[in-house]
Amino acid sequence: MLKDDSALLVKTEQKGAYVRFTLAAPGIAREARPGQFVMVKVSETGHPLLRRPLGIHARSETTISLFFNVAGLGTALLAQKREGDRLDLLGPLGRGFTVGRPGDGDEPVLLVGGGRGIAPLYFLAEELHRSGHKVRVLYGARTSQDLPFPELFQSACWETLFSTDDGSFGERGLVTDLMRAELERRRIARIGACGPDPMLQEVGRLALLNNIPAELSLEARMGCGFGACWGCVKKIRREGREEWLKICEEGPVFQAQDVVWD
Amino acid sequence: MVDLTTDLGFLKLKNPVLTASGTFGYGLEFVPFLDLGRLGGIVVKGLYYGPKPGNPPPRLAETPAGMLNAIGLQGVGVAEFSEKILPRLRGLGTEVIVNVCGGDEDEYLAVVEYLDGQEGIAAYELNISCPNVRKNGQCPALRADTTESLVQAVKRRSRRPVVAKLSPNVTDIVEIALAAERGGADAVSLVNTFLGMAVDLDRRRPVLGNVFGGLSGPAIKPLALRMVYQVAQAVRVPVIGMGGIMTGRDALEFLLVGARAVQVGTANLTDPEAAARILREMTDYAERRGLARLTDITGQLET
Repeated sequence: MLKDDSALLVKTEQKGAYVRFTLAAPGIAREARPGQFVMVKVSETGHPLLRRPLGIHARSETTISLFFNVAGLGTALLAQKREGDRLDLLGPLGRGFTVGRPGDGDEPVLLVGGGRGIAPLYFLAEELHRSGHKVRVLYGARTSQDLPFPELFQSACWETLFSTDDGSFGERGLVTDLMRAELERRRIARIGACGPDPMLQEVGRLALLNNIPAELSLEARMGCGFGACWGCVKKIRREGREEWLKICEEGPVFQAQDVVWD
Repeated sequence: MVDLTTDLGFLKLKNPVLTASGTFGYGLEFVPFLDLGRLGGIVVKGLYYGPKPGNPPPRLAETPAGMLNAIGLQGVGVAEFSEKILPRLRGLGTEVIVNVCGGDEDEYLAVVEYLDGQEGIAAYELNISCPNVRKNGQCPALRADTTESLVQAVKRRSRRPVVAKLSPNVTDIVEIALAAERGGADAVSLVNTFLGMAVDLDRRRPVLGNVFGGLSGPAIKPLALRMVYQVAQAVRVPVIGMGGIMTGRDALEFLLVGARAVQVGTANLTDPEAAARILREMTDYAERRGLARLTDITGQLET
């Protein structure tokens, strides 16, 4: 499946500026892998023009979920969609996170999410758990308002630690503070992270410092989402060279040591 | 049955719908979404002689009913294109037009010379109008003399037809189109993007890494239509029209003001099936209106 122009919106949940959609999109659900995304059409009128890239947040046999915050006109229009409406999606797109990997042993995979960047990590946590990996999740946001569905992560299948910048939920501080403490406490097999660039940069730095493989999911404004426009590039090391690579096609998930931060 | 063919003189197309360079990758990106064989042709992303790194991000900004891009023609060079991409395009049943770039005249000639040695290319589209690769949007298509001399130089060397892709960022588009024609262009295509910028008020910075970018999308259609209309009245060579085409009706409007073919651009990004859909919508319109041939309406605007 690469296009589903009539994905049925079966459930919407909204808390403040944050929205969770569940969509019946069997073709996309069947093929989706954690870290992949869909391009969602937000308007039929040509304004706003571009589709919005949203990470696949969860999936069942026939549905996928999306999680986003209202940050501008496009997401505001999207948030107005109601159960029973149909959405036009392209996907699943991009290269996702590594799920199954032999040699992880008993050490857990650590997932680090910041703000809306938590979106793909729920799907990843579920798939890791399903394939027999131990999972620990660190979920940080600015305030409790920006951490709208904590119950999703308070799972019997893995442990989640929360942080907020103002201490209104979980530990006070940054999610990377939690990560630093976590790395002192236990051995970690590998790391998967998604969130704002400064957070990802610090996650990557800590991972390299501790010699732990880490995968980072990057975000960018995208023109097409499938490699045609070269609009969403990030500087990446590849075979010893630094190149502008397309986040939509070569990513959005990259190895931490390959990402070149400005 | 409506006759969809269109005759550009140097090239007969099975229908007048082409894709616009820079919005269609190298074509292969769209294979999962649409049968390229249904299109009149594809114009692949601009090629320099060697690989090109492109501009620093951010490269895109969304604007009302449009977008700005400042990609900077990142791409593979002629060798990788010819070895890895062109062989896969040959079997797709559509005409391949290669958009040719150059930092100077010698590079344009080198690209054409290299590609002349390759099979499976129908024509070259000379990219003399990209606003994102030189300071302040400079490009050869901003002046009549540089347009004419570059087109002439390439025409002398090329074994294939040459389409000159014109910039709208000029005082008098007709003057430039006539210069391209004098230089020997087999057709002109217009318009490339309009030079623009977007500003982040709160950060007091330009949105684009390149500061300036090219505006495309529905926002530019009225401007593009006016220019295609003016040029079609002035030149004898075929005109290929583009600028904000999102629907079959948009495309037919370009034919009506004088275009013999159209290029679908930004619509490919928002809907990868757009070019095929637009052709279908054009055909439906022609059937409803009892047109024997789609291009029967070319230049039929009554004023």
